[in-house]
Amino acid sequence: MEQFEIRKIWDLNFLGHDISFTNSSLMMIVALLLISGFMIYAMNGRSLVPTRIQSLAEIVYEYIAGMVKENLGEEGMKYFPWVFSIFIFILVLNVIGLIPGNFTVTSHIIVTFALAAMVWLTATFIGFWKHGFGYLKLFVPSGVPLWLMPVIVPIELISYFIRPVSHSVRLFANMMAGHTMLKVFAGFAVMLPWWGKIAPAGFMVAFTGLELLVAFLQALIFTVLTCIYVNDAVNMHH
Amino acid sequence: MELAAAKMIGAGLACSALIGAGVGIGNIFGNYLSGAMRNPSAAPGQFTNLLIGFALAEATGLFGLLIALIILYG
Repeated sequence: MEQFEIRKIWDLNFLGHDISFTNSSLMMIVALLLISGFMIYAMNGRSLVPTRIQSLAEIVYEYIAGMVKENLGEEGMKYFPWVFSIFIFILVLNVIGLIPGNFTVTSHIIVTFALAAMVWLTATFIGFWKHGFGYLKLFVPSGVPLWLMPVIVPIELISYFIRPVSHSVRLFANMMAGHTMLKVFAGFAVMLPWWGKIAPAGFMVAFTGLELLVAFLQALIFTVLTCIYVNDAVNMHH
Repeated sequence: MELAAAKMIGAGLACSALIGAGVGIGNIFGNYLSGAMRNPSAAPGQFTNLLIGFALAEATGLFGLLIALIILYG
């Protein structure tokens, strides 16, 4: 579909690899500028009694901080900047993708898979770094009878290795399916005669609202799961 | 031509995985709501668990959707 097409804006070649600057990269840079601009502008005053825009930034901050504290505990707060960056990056990409004519970066599986793989590799690295080879005990749940082990351990292994896949597919499929659905209903509105346009157009408005909710929810779920995966690695109460 | 038709049918069948996702998500939110109605003060503490359950239930259905997309465009 046209809205998912990646177009080259600036042809670049690095050692035979195609690293062109595309509309996807452009949207990522726009998102970065928006986030930095918003955060820097909002926290510029640093007043004790926050202004409206400052309290908006503080709400986002405290929400994620609360989530990290709840899942990772007090010592997990050192992962907070990373988790916060993931959340706000995905949220802004999802939301600006909803503006008609804009490109949705998160509707491409390679982007979400790169993010999910980063989370997975980081969690695995933290686990081995903190617990050494004891991290492998994650695949051997306690309190399971010995004769069940040959079944449980492969299942745990598979579910561990499928994590980046499910993590990335969830975000990608939600964004892509939502945009495709909007496109289908827009097609109905175009095809019908003038007296029939009102119903699909009304659906479009309602679904755009729903998509806004989904955009927020998927960013939140991605972040919650990031917290949980890192928590598995940090605390390991399995 | 028959291959293209078979692909379409296969993709449609693969989408039936979303039935299970729909049932699962409905179950999770319904049970959360009925629990929250009984004990509203405990509801916010379980919001994270709600989202985890939602995400896990949805993932299985989305795997089916992914298979459909791979069949169609892969």
